[in-house]
Amino acid sequence: MNLTLRIWRQRGPEEPGAMTTYEVADVSPDMSFLEMLDTLNEELILRGEEPVAFDHDCREGICGACGVVINGEAHGPERTTTCQLHMRHFRDGDTIDVEPWRSAAFPVVKDLVVDRSAFDRVIGSGGYITAPTGSAPEAHATPVPKAAADTAFENAECIGCGACVAACPNGSAMLFTAAKVVHLNSLPQGGPERERRVLDMVDAMDAEGFGGCTHTGVCTTVCPKGIPLASIATLNREYLRATRKGAA
Amino acid sequence: MTSPNSFADYRVGEPLADTKAPTGPIAERWSRRRFEAKLVNPANRRKHTVIVVGTGLAGGSAGATLAEQGYHVVQFCYQDSPRRAHSIAAQGGINAAKNYRNDGDSVQRLFYDTVKGGDFRARESNVHRLAEVSVEIIDQCVAQGVPFAREYGGLLDTRSFGGVQVSRTFYARGQTGQQLLLGAYQALSRQIAAGNVEMHPRTEMLDLIVIDGRARGIVARDLITGRVGTYLADAVVLATGGYGNVFHLSTNAKNSNATAIWRAHRRGAYFANPCFTQIHPTCIPRSGDHQSKLTLMSESLRNDGRIWVPKRPGDTRPPAEIPEEDRDYYLERIYPSFGNLVPRDIASRAAKNVCDEGRGVGPGGQGVYLDFADAIARLGREAVAARYGNLFEMYERITAEDPYRVPMRIYPAIHYTMGGLWVDYDLQTTIPGLFAIGEANFSDHGANRLGASALMQGLADGYFILPATLADYLARHPHEEVPAGHPAIAEATSAVTERLGRLLAADGDRTPESFHRELGELLWDECGMARNEAGLRKALGRIPELREEFWRRVRVPGSGQELNQSLEKANRVGDYLELAELMCLDALHRTESCGGHFREESQTPEGEAERRDEEFSYAAAWEFTAPGEAPVLHKEQLTFAYVHPTQRSYT
Repeated sequence: MNLTLRIWRQRGPEEPGAMTTYEVADVSPDMSFLEMLDTLNEELILRGEEPVAFDHDCREGICGACGVVINGEAHGPERTTTCQLHMRHFRDGDTIDVEPWRSAAFPVVKDLVVDRSAFDRVIGSGGYITAPTGSAPEAHATPVPKAAADTAFENAECIGCGACVAACPNGSAMLFTAAKVVHLNSLPQGGPERERRVLDMVDAMDAEGFGGCTHTGVCTTVCPKGIPLASIATLNREYLRATRKGAA
Repeated sequence: MTSPNSFADYRVGEPLADTKAPTGPIAERWSRRRFEAKLVNPANRRKHTVIVVGTGLAGGSAGATLAEQGYHVVQFCYQDSPRRAHSIAAQGGINAAKNYRNDGDSVQRLFYDTVKGGDFRARESNVHRLAEVSVEIIDQCVAQGVPFAREYGGLLDTRSFGGVQVSRTFYARGQTGQQLLLGAYQALSRQIAAGNVEMHPRTEMLDLIVIDGRARGIVARDLITGRVGTYLADAVVLATGGYGNVFHLSTNAKNSNATAIWRAHRRGAYFANPCFTQIHPTCIPRSGDHQSKLTLMSESLRNDGRIWVPKRPGDTRPPAEIPEEDRDYYLERIYPSFGNLVPRDIASRAAKNVCDEGRGVGPGGQGVYLDFADAIARLGREAVAARYGNLFEMYERITAEDPYRVPMRIYPAIHYTMGGLWVDYDLQTTIPGLFAIGEANFSDHGANRLGASALMQGLADGYFILPATLADYLARHPHEEVPAGHPAIAEATSAVTERLGRLLAADGDRTPESFHRELGELLWDECGMARNEAGLRKALGRIPELREEFWRRVRVPGSGQELNQSLEKANRVGDYLELAELMCLDALHRTESCGGHFREESQTPEGEAERRDEEFSYAAAWEFTAPGEAPVLHKEQLTFAYVHPTQRSYT
């Protein structure tokens, strides 16, 4: 099939950007969206133009590196990562808009590449269990109820791609932060730092410039890993509980 | 015999010995080494700077642990975040000799299985230590909050994996690598926030700085600004993963590369067993020339799926229209006792053979069927969905075919590299002060890695082994400032900038990707699943031509002072074009078959791999001389005092 792409091109963080139109011919329906961009880039290089910069790595939907806004939707029309979106979901003659994640906390680096290091700093503020190497007790010393382990796993699946932030009208990182708080606070091992963790992570999230959460729920509709909206409610409950305990 | 290309005329140098491994009973060696290792006083640790390159399971766990111990860590990754290292994509699980199942597992048994699985080409001392440490890894990860699968009683669940007879694999659904990596990443993040780790994401190591014979730093490029900087330290740790992407199509992440280990090799670190590469039999076949990478499907599928191809070459009927009598369930036919569950290398070669006979299925004839029709008839669709539902979904997403109705198509793909930088028992390379951990080294898997052992080795090296052995090195080398303006620093920096400049200036007519693809196809054909002398010589003839063409015809747009992904790619391809030559030479010189290395000239009458222990019971460590010139081979003789070498047989 033949497609028209309108891609956001921006040379650098301080440079102005613009949508630029490209025609791509002979796109196979079996291509992934990124393979379609690869094809375009090969042509651009041969024409002596600069290829479109985009982040990607594993191309299996697990590393979280890729992610662009496709026709206004984070990761495009399917509930998966951009690398796992295939061209069979588009039709011959389509015009497709491709933009970077848009959020104040994710400044554009170049073209479709954004800076998501704010997520790393949110994790560094409390998204861990303090257990220096060598200090661990025998793994079976503390049984973990299966339900708690399953809740922890369901939230630990977050790949940190940032689609939730990109889709949110407020640019909020509540779903991302909630996923880590719920993962660790569900486990007995996470108990000792339970209050500190939620308070510090919410503070860090606010300090990074992410917006507030107004429960539009759009974050969960674009999340490739299906992190549930209920995790945000749990985060709020954990936050309230920690505030009341005066751990701050 | 004179060879048409001089690269193959290698010289055999002095034998290589692992001088760090203690002697004595094998079960006591690691505790002896730890006791004999010198310690660094806690107050002195912060005076030592350690560079760690890579943030996967090995690098992430090492960086976090060294920082916890008080060293000043400076860490690098090319990704935008340390959380994205390719360990994250590991699906299956992690082995540990916990014996929670009471099924007869033990450290000795894991040791035995790993030495045997490696086809007797790994060091016994290293493997035993790995098995010992495995139990501590699980404790550590649970304490960090890794959400392993659990039973209703709250205890950890395990499964069996890769044909072993015990259930010792701990897992977190099909995302074990992700969960273990996030555990290490979170521990690392805590140290970054505490100021103990200076983290440089989106920064790629492009050379090693060696001063007075010791590794003292690296040259790295900031991938956003293009700035080429130097970073100095008391020791350098490479945790940069394997080199499977030399094949272009592999299950590795797109940007995984061999540049750090290859640059270290060029600076004097020996490269061991580069031809030991592992091919995974159950990957999704390529769908066309646009294919950018291959996706692995868990090997557990072979428990219930039946593998077949049409009996007649060129039979293009849809699978449902091919009656039973026209199907060849070739694994069940050739290996009646193991059937579809033969080891990875055997299943892979058999698939290649039937495709070479023209009986492959799907686009390009590079695929075989993995059919669940019998399993669905026997167990019901729901039971099959419960076991493999997520894999079936993943397959359908990629291929748009429903495996409940149409047989899956699979084909082997490069998955893991057992070879890597040669290291001694302390994980130190032949350059003092340069350590290599995880897949980047060659040490523990011999000629073939068992399933669920890569995660174990990465974390064993990073959490437990390196921190102990590195301390010994640092204690013996008190901190000394590198003199500012030392010529070695300027030399390494200008070598890097000159090379990047050459890539940008070539202004040719071919893309970096086109060279990578061509090299990958050549390697896959001649140094892939089955190798022979004629093919390897052909590749050794072609690679230097391709390399010459690359430097003349490559086209890299843009400049070096910005984010330039074409430049990054071209620089990596330049290194693949050298590494590939060494792989082919190693494969040529090892005229035996062993593990993942199958030489057609060395097989049993039944067509199985035939090892030749009297000639080849050694690790081949290659010393770099000059680009395109014959390297020097140093042999490290392997001795087996505890596990007696036997020939594998699965017929």
